Amino acid sequence: MSPELGRFALALACVFALAQAILPMQGARRRDRRLMALAPGLALGQLIALVASFLCLVNAAVTNDFSVANILENSSVTKPLLYKITGVWGNHEGSILLWALILGICGAAVAAFGRNLPSALRARVIGVLGGVAAGFELFCLTTSDPFDRVWPAPLDGQGMNPLLQDPGLAFHPPILYTGYVGFAVPFAFAIAALMEGRVDAAWGRWVRPWAVAAWCFLTCGIALGSWWSYYVLGWGGYWFWDPVENASLIPWLSGTALMHSAIVVEKREALKIWTVLLAIGTFSFSLSGTFLVRSGILNSVHAFAQDPARGIFILALLGLVIGGSLTLFAWRAPSLTTGGLFAPVSREGSLVLNNILLCSICAVVLTGTMYPPFMSLLFGKTISVGKPFFDAATIPLAIPLFIFMGFGPMLPWKRAQLWPVLRRLWVAALATLAAFAVTVIGLSGVLPILCATMAVWIIGSSLTDISNRLALFRVSLSQSIQRAKSLPRSAFGAALAHIGVGVSVLGLAVMSQAQHKIVEVHVGQKEDLAGYEWTLTDVRTVPGPNYMAMVATIEIRHNGHLMTVMHPSKRSFNSQNQTTTEVSIHTNGLSDLYGVIGDKHGPDSNPTYVLRLHYNPLAPWMWFGALIMAMGGALSLSDRRMRVGAPRRAPAPDVVAAE
Amino acid sequence: MKRKTRRLWLVIACVAGLGTAAGLTLSAFSSNIQLFMAPSQVVDHPPAADRTIRLGGMVVAGSVKRERQGETPINLFQVTDGQAAVTVRFEGILPDLFREGQSVVAVGSLEPDTTFVASEVLAKHDETYMPKEVAEALQKSGKWNPKFGPPPDAASWNAMTGKDTAAGKN
Repeated sequence: MSPELGRFALALACVFALAQAILPMQGARRRDRRLMALAPGLALGQLIALVASFLCLVNAAVTNDFSVANILENSSVTKPLLYKITGVWGNHEGSILLWALILGICGAAVAAFGRNLPSALRARVIGVLGGVAAGFELFCLTTSDPFDRVWPAPLDGQGMNPLLQDPGLAFHPPILYTGYVGFAVPFAFAIAALMEGRVDAAWGRWVRPWAVAAWCFLTCGIALGSWWSYYVLGWGGYWFWDPVENASLIPWLSGTALMHSAIVVEKREALKIWTVLLAIGTFSFSLSGTFLVRSGILNSVHAFAQDPARGIFILALLGLVIGGSLTLFAWRAPSLTTGGLFAPVSREGSLVLNNILLCSICAVVLTGTMYPPFMSLLFGKTISVGKPFFDAATIPLAIPLFIFMGFGPMLPWKRAQLWPVLRRLWVAALATLAAFAVTVIGLSGVLPILCATMAVWIIGSSLTDISNRLALFRVSLSQSIQRAKSLPRSAFGAALAHIGVGVSVLGLAVMSQAQHKIVEVHVGQKEDLAGYEWTLTDVRTVPGPNYMAMVATIEIRHNGHLMTVMHPSKRSFNSQNQTTTEVSIHTNGLSDLYGVIGDKHGPDSNPTYVLRLHYNPLAPWMWFGALIMAMGGALSLSDRRMRVGAPRRAPAPDVVAAE
Repeated sequence: MKRKTRRLWLVIACVAGLGTAAGLTLSAFSSNIQLFMAPSQVVDHPPAADRTIRLGGMVVAGSVKRERQGETPINLFQVTDGQAAVTVRFEGILPDLFREGQSVVAVGSLEPDTTFVASEVLAKHDETYMPKEVAEALQKSGKWNPKFGPPPDAASWNAMTGKDTAAGKN
């Protein structure tokens, strides 16, 4: 019964979304207050229906209702409860429902937090979100129904891919999707602004918190995904540069650019048309990334052939959303007025540079990702573009970005002198020089040396910026604290996020020096790697809930002193004839010792085991830096001026728009 | 600063940024692209030894062997597309999803002695997945026509091609 209720609730949500797309929009056009006032209620109704639908699917998963095809294919009785719940979004149908649910939450959030928006703008924003939601709910209902039944219902399900049975991956999709879908809100604001033909400082102020929030989630989502591939896949690396990963990196890059260009709109009313285009582009990348790449349509023509209806629906939906918004942009953008003037050397100038570089990197990643599928589609040639390409093409663009990141935030608006700003950065410059000397000795390779040096520059200049603003060491400590209190939190947030970038880049640069060793050893044999002595002391077989595990014991000594004992294992799942590798990682915050056990060989009396041992310096910093970035974003969001529902009302748009 | 001058600066900066990006992309493309090749293509047109390629096909059933050089474990297996088979040599731990009779992609280069030395072996997460090249090769050799349903069972198909390639080699 409950799956039918779920499907009904989903259909209801779709009807709500359609109404939400049409009625408030009409209201805004005809200046009909009653129709416009429907928007929040409809958004909330859609959210309630979606939550009900989602809970029905979770209920079916928890109660082992194998008459539902989706549960049958992805769950089984023996699966632990947590993974029964999280498994709901571990497959195509469920993940689309989750996507729609998050979009519903975004719509309701705009309705709830956007009370101080002009009513026509709010009605249009909610209407656009409703239109996008209606498309996805229709897609879900017609081509990927999560509530499809099978008859007769089998006693047990087929089980989930054991690789996915992991807490990191369980929470990775919701966070990542919140990031993707969150960019729907700036997109809706952009479309609404194009319809109204007006972009002003207030618009920038309203859009920026949504962009920052979506960016924080996307940052965390990408970091979590990369961390998952590091400790679950057991290959010692953290980023494959495969299309699925790039699909999340591309909107992250353009979203980062959007977050920065919205500052210029808010503060100086410049770059308006560009910001609108970025908002459209970022959401388009999010959409096409998830749906084209994740569904495998571009990767293999087979996915298309297997289910033409689904593929055509996705393409039509993407065409409608992206093509429609770009057409609207081409039609309406010329009517937007251009804003304030600025000199090339100024805060605006540095933010423009940030945008150009980020968008260039984004374009490179996009080209590298799309080139292979297009080559195979157009010329029938199968090629692959991997890490060497992306390293060679993106890092040279990232290094100038890192240089400008250091002093850009310190330049005054409108017109600036470079020299006084650089002079204030002498401490950071000295630290950078010292870092350069250290890295030249300690690291090998030109790019790692440059990146590590730049990371120190970013961290040093961000710290200098904050200490300058607080006048640390120039005035008394209490005065500095006083200054800190009056300094907007967004300034701290920006500096913190930049420090996070520095920490991540430092981690990435030093991680390139990782060492590894693959050996085949008997129990008791010693191996040396990176100054540590690794000894395999024991291997035993341990039964788990739905698998058998071969668990190794490896003792690691440093200068004869026992550092840690690790237990990497290899699990064989009985249900699907699958094995997974459980990595064991020992971290001290500065480096990871990483051990993997492979196959057992030789006679049972005297077997040998294949071990792969890694020494990964500064590996945790890569994800730690991402966490700092997201914390910086969150700190900015807590700023009074950024908060959407802040009691201080935004200036009336009619006054601001007097240009 | 006049509006026109500002616009000029913006255009120059954009062109410089995107131009650099395009230049970097092209130069990286020319040296870092990995061609995907099927075993028969490798046999017909052996790539240069310094060229990294991706070799894709099915692991021939019963061809997986292992050796030890000192403490280093070495895996040897044959990859086929139904036309020809290439021996792959891989140092390290084969991925969890590596199976005889299933599709695999090996990244590496061809040695002068026609062994393919792989630096990386990728097995697909999906057991029913078949690389496009393999599917095409199968169709070309007339062993599978997609009009008449799904591809033959991997095990039977593989035994069949294993024999065929052995015959082809002799």
